[in-house]
Amino acid sequence: MKLNQLTIQEAREGLKKKKFSSEELTKACLKQIKRLDKKINAFITVCEKEVLEQAREADRLKSDKPLWGIPVGIKDIYSTRGIRTTAGAKVLDDYIPVYDATAVKRLKEAGAIILGKTNMDAWAHGASGENSDYGPTKNPWNLKYVPGGSSSGSGAALAAAMCLAATGTDTGGSIRQPASFCNLVGLKPTYGRVSRYGIIAMASSLDSIGHFTRSVIDSALMLDITAGKDSFDATTPDIPVPNYLKNIKKGIKGLKVGVPKEYFLGSLDKEVKKIAEKALKEFESLGAKLISVSLPHTSHALAVYYIIQPAEVSSNLARYDGIRYGFPRDRFSDEAKRRIMLGTFTLSTGYYKAYYLKAMQVRTLIKEDFEKAFEKADVLVAPVSPTPPFKLGEKVNDPLKMYLSDVLTVTANLAGLPGLAIPAGFVKGLPVGIQILGPQFREELLFQAGYVYEQATNWHQRKPKVE
Amino acid sequence: MNKKTVQHIALLANLKLSNKEIEKFQKQLTEILDYVGQLNKVKTKDIKPTSQVTGLENVFRKDESGPSLASRDVLINAKKTAKGMFKVKAIFEQ
Repeated sequence: MKLNQLTIQEAREGLKKKKFSSEELTKACLKQIKRLDKKINAFITVCEKEVLEQAREADRLKSDKPLWGIPVGIKDIYSTRGIRTTAGAKVLDDYIPVYDATAVKRLKEAGAIILGKTNMDAWAHGASGENSDYGPTKNPWNLKYVPGGSSSGSGAALAAAMCLAATGTDTGGSIRQPASFCNLVGLKPTYGRVSRYGIIAMASSLDSIGHFTRSVIDSALMLDITAGKDSFDATTPDIPVPNYLKNIKKGIKGLKVGVPKEYFLGSLDKEVKKIAEKALKEFESLGAKLISVSLPHTSHALAVYYIIQPAEVSSNLARYDGIRYGFPRDRFSDEAKRRIMLGTFTLSTGYYKAYYLKAMQVRTLIKEDFEKAFEKADVLVAPVSPTPPFKLGEKVNDPLKMYLSDVLTVTANLAGLPGLAIPAGFVKGLPVGIQILGPQFREELLFQAGYVYEQATNWHQRKPKVE
Repeated sequence: MNKKTVQHIALLANLKLSNKEIEKFQKQLTEILDYVGQLNKVKTKDIKPTSQVTGLENVFRKDESGPSLASRDVLINAKKTAKGMFKVKAIFEQ
């Protein structure tokens, strides 16, 4: 196996035993970026010079820190001190933050090397990567297909072996869906588990800060580093962070896996359904007990999401005036304009009650649905995306059709739940994932369930062949 | 949503739209509003709204200043500065 294809766990082991150096590891990633990124367009900025210096420094100093000398990709919505941060938008084309996001600070403190900033739908608005002002990202499994979005570059970069892990943000599925489309493990933590400080805000009551990895163990290792209270983000509660790696191999004998029946109805693609049902059987054979649960307000979740999210977007994007940094508002591209207008409308006098307040009330009902389901089940298992990866251009001119891609993922954001996407199979050579959802702040359950499933199925071992 | 509403909303949001854009957004936004309008069917009498999902309320901290950015750093991304301040266009005519 090539160095740039290793998991974090394998790379740590190799570095420790001096099988290779951080410099070699970093060079392998840079070489892959040079070889493939003209085709894939996963990175907006690559910090070529700086990372080699950092890697040599890591080799010289040595440390037991969990990410020491490990090259990672950072979604371009995370503020990185001294490194251009665009959020995929030309409004911020020349913006260079003077501070690090808390998550970046913690990753750096753990020894990570910031390889570069990954492409994304502008302002994280999208489910395909096609809304990036820096051109669409291609899916390494088939360059005619989208890698999912909005964390399109992070998913594609990791799948194409350009880094060992990558960060993302998930406001309505933006980590879980690209993870599913790229055969990766993607974690959306509980709302507030990881600080939002320094992450360019999309929808403040929904934004969750997570990551992409090649294995469930790597995902737990990353959360160990990023999770926890931060005085710069008042929505991070003072709830202790467990050691996520400690009980990860505990097994799932007797674990009650809820099957939310509403997630298997409607427009769900037949092949995706088959894969999810097969996964459920796998969980059963691994010792879990399947329980049918109902989340009756599921069919309204997308409508709730497309009121609350644009409302918060319109408020967050109001700050971009081109005075203190960035460029004037005429640089906003279509999707941002649409969401600003939609949010401005639903928050305006005379419409607030009919739209925004109503949506917040139905949000309560959705949250209660989950609370009831978790009285019966420990975790829930469902498909991530209603369809396999779709072709570039297929939905980009029909906003509502694109929005419907989020139908199975927005619920976790509305209820603040953690969700772990893991590889579960293929349709015509394209990856399909499932998601494990848990009660708030119970990420360790997701890792335990995800780990045994991953070890039993080994879908995550498959790599795309990109030339 | 009619054309006039689109123009009004654009004004509120400080966005300049071309006539072509107004037409396009009128159609697209109407479609989206029709879709989200399905919530009217949900009974929500006496249901409390959720705006914060983990139940945190009134998070206070001591009113003390901590480390902050130097004004030189704060101004580093500004297109125009004057005497250590942001320079903006005049709002009132003389």
